This record gives sequence, structure tokens and C-alpha cells, in this order.
Amino acid sequence: MTILSVFDIGLVVLILGIGASTIAVREAFAAVIGFVVYGLLLSIAWVRLSAVDVALTEAAIGGGMTGMLMLGAVARLRLAKGNDIRTSLPVRFATGVLCSLITAGLVAAILSPPEPIPTLAPMVMENLAQSGLGNPVAGVLFVYRALDTLLEKVVLILALLGVWSLAPDSVWGGIPGLRLYAQSNSTLTFLAQLLPPVGIVVAIYMCWVGAKEPGGAFQGGTVLAAMWLLAMIAGLERVPSISQPWLRRLLVVGPVIFLAIGLAGMVLANAFLAYPPGYAKPLIVAVEVALTLSIGVALGLLAAGPPERVQQP
Amino acid sequence: MNAATLFGLSGAALVGIGLYGLVTNPEPLRKILAFNLLGSGVFLVFGVVSRRAAASGLGGDPVPQAMVITAIVVAFAATAMAIALVLRLLQETGRPTLSADNSGGTDTVRGNS
Repeated sequence: MTILSVFDIGLVVLILGIGASTIAVREAFAAVIGFVVYGLLLSIAWVRLSAVDVALTEAAIGGGMTGMLMLGAVARLRLAKGNDIRTSLPVRFATGVLCSLITAGLVAAILSPPEPIPTLAPMVMENLAQSGLGNPVAGVLFVYRALDTLLEKVVLILALLGVWSLAPDSVWGGIPGLRLYAQSNSTLTFLAQLLPPVGIVVAIYMCWVGAKEPGGAFQGGTVLAAMWLLAMIAGLERVPSISQPWLRRLLVVGPVIFLAIGLAGMVLANAFLAYPPGYAKPLIVAVEVALTLSIGVALGLLAAGPPERVQQP
Repeated sequence: MNAATLFGLSGAALVGIGLYGLVTNPEPLRKILAFNLLGSGVFLVFGVVSRRAAASGLGGDPVPQAMVITAIVVAFAATAMAIALVLRLLQETGRPTLSADNSGGTDTVRGNS
């Protein structure tokens, strides 16, 4: 047994143990902390599966953003008294049996892979050079399946609209109810002053390098969102009201530019979301830059939640 | 057993664990968390599909990887929406629960069946 396989087994044990504990523990707070750790461990598993792009996304979203959203929700729900309904033992037992059956079915599928294993990797690599990109995952995201990527950004905006529309009418267009911890001289204030310059540079780097190496608009946008949230929570940056015109423009600039280039492709390259030969890489980088900004703003606002108070005049 | 199969099996186990939590835990927030666990198990199984299809000098098939990235983003958007719904429910009713059968938690032990 090599060191790596020992590492893998340990990692799987940790992932399953912490994953199960997020279900088993009684305290919602402990479950959410477990989920954040779980997300980070899972991103190591993705590295072991040679999917570094996915690992970055999982660490940023699965561990970071989802964890932050849930911690915020736990803090609010803690004050409320839930009614302590427990699921009865026979129901739990029956559910356990059925869930094990589903797991067993998946295990059977994993242990009997098809022969030969279907793969699209050769087709991706064959035509990647034409796009000027070096990262095959970015190639799939922005060239072969660009429509998926475009619609994914639209989903983010739709989710944000959904979250906003949950606000009562009286505070529509107001300020999101992000919890602030503005205390001068605290560690949080110090970190919120120290980290954003570094984080913004990292975000720009991730966005730029995404064409050649693992990284890209989404990962960069998440780092931007995290820095923005950090500055807002520490009270260094005001939480903007959602009716600000600049905010709405930043939200849609990425998808709009993506869509515009896609429509231009219909004229210049004979297909929607096709790039004219020779211009693929500059166009993709332009789309990525705009998307990074839009994703950063959308994620930050999703984490900040629906508006809860009106702007002071 | 190689590493990919090992992670595939743990993905399968996570699907089962997540589904169990989704069905048995009555708190909406815990259901959302369990749903995320279930989803990440599915992604992991798909990641193994990608790893096994490694060819042309790549560590894995990039098409499933790109699809998992999209899936993680969409799952996050759905989670944010679901959490906002739970918090709104709390604002409206004062209780973070979906059960309609009792109004204040006077009965402490009740079956869901």
C-alpha cells in the first residue's frame, strides 16, 4: 500500500464521518460547521480526482459561500423556538433501509464500469488549439458548452431576483439585512483592512490565468464576493441598497456582454455563441472579465439576503 | 481498488446519507444541508466518471468536470433561495418549521408517520 492510497483512505473516512455527523448532530450550528469542513475536505478529494477547477469551485462555494449563508441562517433561527418533532423509529428504520438500497445501486454501477469507457477528452483536445485556450475545462465552459455557462449566470440572477422578491413590499429596494459586526480595533476589522487588497489581486489573477490553467471567472468572482462581504460585515463598506443603478448594471454586465458576443457570432461565425476564427481568445477573456464582476456582485448579494430596511434619506 | 473507485464508493455512500437526512430531519435548514450533502455525493460520482475517462494526456474528461462546476453554482443558487424562503417563513409565522399540525410546540414527541 503506498502513502497516497493511505492518504486517500484517510480522506474518505474523514469525508464520510464528517458528512454523516452533519446529519446526526442535534445542534444546527455544529452541523453547519461540520459542513464547511466537509466542503474543504471534498475539494481535496477533487484534487485527487485530477479536477483542480472543480476543487477550487467546491472550496469557494461548497465550503465558503454556502457555509456563510447557513451560519447566517442558524444565527437567526436560533432565537426562534422550533417544535421538537422527532421522526419515529420505524420511519427512520424504513428510510435507512431504502437509502442503503439506493447507495447499493450506485455502488453496483460504480463497480461495473462500461467497456470501453466513453470519453470526450480526445474530441476536446483536438479542437482546443483553435480557441487559443490552454485549459480544457475553460474550453468546454466557454466554447463547446457556452450556452450552459450563459444560462448558469442567468440562473444566478434569477435566484437573486427570487431572494429579493421575498422582501416585504415596504422595504423593496432597501438595504439587505446582512448582519454587521462593526467594532473598531477588533481582529475582524484588522483582517478586513488587510485581506481585500491581496484578495482582489488573487481574484484578478484567477480570472486571467483561467484561460490556461485551473481557475476562471467563477472562482475569481467568488473571491471578489468574499472580499466585498468581509469589508461590509466589518462595517468598513456600506451595504448598498438594491435599487442602486451601479449595482444593477454590474449584475447584468457579464451576461449581457456574453449574450452580445453570442449574437454577434450568428453574423460573424454562423452560429449562436460561436467565435470568429482568430478572435476566440480575446473575446473569451473579455467575457470572463465581465462575468467575474457580475458573479462577484451576484454572490455577494445572494449571501447578503433580501432587503430588510429602507435607505435613510 | 484504485483511488477513483474509492471516491466513487464514498460518493455513493454520501448520496444515501444525504437522502436519509433529507427525509428524517424535520428542520428545514437541516433538510437544505442534507440536500447539499446528497448533491455533493452525486457530483463526486460524476467526478469518478470523469477520472475514469482520462485520455489524451488529461487527468480526466473535461466535459463532466465543466458540468460539475456549473452544477455546483446552480446548487448554490438554489440553496440561497431555499434559505431565504426559510427565513421568510420564520418572519411570517415565528416558527422555522413546515408542520401544520401544531401551533406552538406543546407536544414534544410526535411521529411524522
